[in-house]
Amino acid sequence: MDAPAAATRGGRYDAVVIGAGLSGLAAGIRIAMYGKRVAVCEKHYLWGGLNSFYKRGGRLFDTGLHALTNFVDRRVSGKPLTRVVRQLRIPYDDLDLAAQSHSTVVSDGAVLRFSNEIDELIENAGALVPDKKDRFVALVEDLRERRLGEEEEPERSARAELMDRLGDELLVDLLLIPCCYYGSARENDVDWDQFVILFHSIFLEGLAMPRRGIRPLLDLFKARLEEQGGELLRKAEVVRVLSRDGRATGVELADGTLLEADTVLSSAGRVETSRLVAPEAPEGATAPLRGRLSFVETISVLDRDPRELVGGHPDCTSSGVVFFSNRRPFRYERPEDDVDLASGVISMTQNFPGAHVDDAGAPKEPVFRVTCLANHDRWTGLTGEEYDAKKQRWSDGALAAATAFCPDVRPHEVYRDVFTPTTITRFTGHHEGTVYGSPKKVRDGRTELDGLFLIGTDQGYLGIVGAAMSGISMANAHVLAKA
Amino acid sequence: MSRDDIVLAIKDIIQTIAPDEDLTNLDHTERLRDQIELDSMDFLDIVMELRKLYGVQVPEEDYKELASMEGCVNYLEPHLADKELHCASA
Repeated sequence: MDAPAAATRGGRYDAVVIGAGLSGLAAGIRIAMYGKRVAVCEKHYLWGGLNSFYKRGGRLFDTGLHALTNFVDRRVSGKPLTRVVRQLRIPYDDLDLAAQSHSTVVSDGAVLRFSNEIDELIENAGALVPDKKDRFVALVEDLRERRLGEEEEPERSARAELMDRLGDELLVDLLLIPCCYYGSARENDVDWDQFVILFHSIFLEGLAMPRRGIRPLLDLFKARLEEQGGELLRKAEVVRVLSRDGRATGVELADGTLLEADTVLSSAGRVETSRLVAPEAPEGATAPLRGRLSFVETISVLDRDPRELVGGHPDCTSSGVVFFSNRRPFRYERPEDDVDLASGVISMTQNFPGAHVDDAGAPKEPVFRVTCLANHDRWTGLTGEEYDAKKQRWSDGALAAATAFCPDVRPHEVYRDVFTPTTITRFTGHHEGTVYGSPKKVRDGRTELDGLFLIGTDQGYLGIVGAAMSGISMANAHVLAKA
Repeated sequence: MSRDDIVLAIKDIIQTIAPDEDLTNLDHTERLRDQIELDSMDFLDIVMELRKLYGVQVPEEDYKELASMEGCVNYLEPHLADKELHCASA
């Protein structure tokens, strides 16, 4: 079926999807594949949502992409990545993924190196805390056996469970730091059932990076959507979900266009979607559901690869990703201050073998990216000068904090960009810069309206693969399964 | 559609869903899931493709009839009697 010509606005659809991020695009592809009329509405000109890209200083930067989790080889069946490629009928090779060599977790000076081979994690953890190695092995075996997605007690504490099983604060922190950052919307902990899934996606499956960044992947998804007859409407902000008698009937766009549909899938987020259903309702109504975790990210473009510099722990400097906490126990919460420099994530895309190349396949300038927790409220209401000064101060601080285990890259910076909680909100619409959404997830995607379902982080799991799985499974259950 | 055509139709659908699977030497009496990598999401896609290509609706309680190739042919024969084979490869 030919892609439609410049979509004329308005009209009747089988389904409307709010947001053209990974979950929205995946949902749209599934719906279109089975001949149903679908419009994916994107507020911005560029699609991708929390995993998008932008141009600054003549360079292309990816947002939200430190590493793709859930990486497995193409021959491994039944895993989220291979399920996604099968369900969307995208050839595995088209994802063009470069597997990591290794990453590290740092807890107050203790360095744990891990790779896409689980045995390396076990060996190295066992070397750090030899008298607990047996318990660590038993934990990994148990996690490996578990069937994922089965509801455990809601909100059972992973920290408590891990402490019980491992009996060692260092080991618990080393597991929690990556699982919180990749990620948890809950402060200082991860829900146990979420931890099981994250352990699989980070440690039992693995990390990789699309060789040429997020843009080719986004182009791939868009092309797939349109070749199946789905529509991507850009500069098409949804301002209201329309309803009648407790049932969704469509959406209204900012320019007044009405799109009618039997089913609406929203990736805007749980809190944000409620506001679309009832824009006039007071904000206080959603307070208990609001996420508290946001971030400041410092992107430092360098004239030298950090691996050529002196200083730092060699395993860290050569890591694809470094998850760190310079303090033990690890605290993962909204800081009182603007930013919490005691912990964070560092990503160095050039350390993924074969990645970090441009469209022509040429290596890009090395990048050192540091992400730390931030307090959204302290980044609002600032003058332009105050905002710039804060960004400068805290990005300097983040790069300094990284010198506990990486070289000081500041003498080699050729360009720096910083984004803050307000940047995130401005570009994605997610409340208070909460990239991980609400701490209260809705696994069945159901909302206050019949026919309106959540997709994305607040329904499913994080990351490119998690988001795609969310869009796919909600589209399958709520659009395709209907007679 | 003849019984042979139904086999071709099912194989074609499976190949669309799981292009990497080798369907030569498929035993028609054994469960499909025991011979190739097909999970419940793939199975739903088989049902969706049957609906899309041939207008056949398979209710959920009948999914178990489609477990083997022989089961598929037996179940679908009456539904596909007056249909033409749509094959990507034919």
